Amino acid sequence: MTLLLGALTIGLILSLLAMGVMVSFRIFSVPDITTDGSITLGAAVAATLIVAGVPPSLATLAALVAGLIAGSVTGVIHTKFKIDALLSGILVMTALYSVNLRVMGKSNVPLMSGTTLASEAGALGEKIIGSTRVNLLGWPVSAADLSILFGALVCATIGALAVYFFFRTEIGTAMRATGDNSQMVRALGANVEVYRIFGLAMANGLVALSGALLAQYQGFADAQMGIGMVVWGLASVIIGEALTGGNRSLGLTLVGAIFGSVLFRLLVAIALRWGLNPNDLKLITAIFVFAALVLPGLLTKLRRKTA
Amino acid sequence: MTTMLSLKGLRRTFNGGTVNEVRALQGIDLEVEEGSFVQLLGMNGSGKSTLLNAVAGSFFLDAGSIKLDGIDITRWPEHRRAALVGRVFQNPFSGTAPNLSIAENFALASRRGLGRGLGWALNRQLMEDLRARVASLRMGLEDRLDNAIGSLSGGQRQALTLLMATWRRPKLLLLDEHTAALDPKSADQVIQLTEEVIRRERLTVLMVTHSMSQAVNLGGRIVMLHKGQVAHDFSGAEKKRLRAEDLVDRFHEIRARELLDERAAELLRNCYV
Repeated sequence: MTLLLGALTIGLILSLLAMGVMVSFRIFSVPDITTDGSITLGAAVAATLIVAGVPPSLATLAALVAGLIAGSVTGVIHTKFKIDALLSGILVMTALYSVNLRVMGKSNVPLMSGTTLASEAGALGEKIIGSTRVNLLGWPVSAADLSILFGALVCATIGALAVYFFFRTEIGTAMRATGDNSQMVRALGANVEVYRIFGLAMANGLVALSGALLAQYQGFADAQMGIGMVVWGLASVIIGEALTGGNRSLGLTLVGAIFGSVLFRLLVAIALRWGLNPNDLKLITAIFVFAALVLPGLLTKLRRKTA
Repeated sequence: MTTMLSLKGLRRTFNGGTVNEVRALQGIDLEVEEGSFVQLLGMNGSGKSTLLNAVAGSFFLDAGSIKLDGIDITRWPEHRRAALVGRVFQNPFSGTAPNLSIAENFALASRRGLGRGLGWALNRQLMEDLRARVASLRMGLEDRLDNAIGSLSGGQRQALTLLMATWRRPKLLLLDEHTAALDPKSADQVIQLTEEVIRRERLTVLMVTHSMSQAVNLGGRIVMLHKGQVAHDFSGAEKKRLRAEDLVDRFHEIRARELLDERAAELLRNCYV
């Protein structure tokens, strides 16, 4: 049961990552590898500040801002200097590796002793419930773990609502159209470059926020924790799209990203429990995303041949 | 009548200094009066679409100046010119964002030339206006405003693009062979709609076309381009008398003149080189 709670919590925290990837990949059609660096950046900034005595909520906010900056750097390199989006992301991701080490001062910052948003949520939950154990559907679970899960759910919900309502505004609608048909958006008098920069900033802000929460939940920030996270986010988005039946409406896509992230994390936890070698995880994730991207096209081709 | 659009000495060469050098515009001067409907005619590569794109700001000129309603917009980027210019493209997919709903596409168009803020893109006022104006297309789309615009046919999308481009009255409407990719029936429908909108809003229009019959039947002026220069300019009574065959004759004339030039050059080469 603890395992299940943990998987759900991490899934919800990483749903912010999935939303970030959804913004860059699905809305702006940019596979943004900055993600790998900015999730670590968020973790590094939050962990370092918390260790330095800054309140966890402020440290998390600072991580969000750091992510916004990282994303805008990628956006500026891509739009103002006309460098391919993929390469812009690679450049910033590589640079961020050094930045993250500089921020942390070492390759790993433990958070075990200090207060974090997770420990605060846990303490608050225990106070409200009034005991350290709760009976959940017949299973005794830690009240702290349960409240952290609830806190993660609140964070994911707030994140999703913010993204949803933003993309319903005048600017947000124009930004969605930019990924769809930038020529038309330009002809209707919007500065496409600014929107691209803003969109990448927003995506990486979400990703860094996810990293900050993840570091506080797992109790450390690590320079290596970002490797392959963009693919992880893609996997979540793709599962989410399958869950919502390929519906491309904004609200359903966001809900899909959350459920996709949670389901993917659950599947991984189960696979690891069954004895999957953790070293193989990234390989399997990559193969999964590859298959998910290729299969729909192959299936329609097959269907056309048989028809 | 005041001048709405004034083009002076427009020049633009693509891929200059390479084997692929294309001298697309070679000194074009053109004055368009307010409220006039000008059609640009010419063979492939004559520079008519390039001229339209130059006015829209898709690229900057090598030389020359563009004035719209007395404002020098030569150095304005495309999105800034969009405040004054409405545009319909040849490709029906170019003018609309397929994954957004019809209503959302119009919400974007309703802010052309205005700032965009954090207000809701869709509001009741817009939806009411939209329903009325989309109903005027008589395509039955007013009940499908929440559908993705990508689910519509090319003709429907082109009609909507035209409505979007003129939602806020533009100083200048640019039409780039906007019926060329449509089936004949949809093309007729869109042309009819185009005439309606232009008449109602008294718009100044620059339209590129391939169709001789369209050229003779529409508008009050035909400008024929050849090799990036103005070759003929018909307006007034002369334009009214013009038949499609006359235009074809003019094309043959231009082509014949060209062939003669080449033959003459060949002759000279043979004799003297």
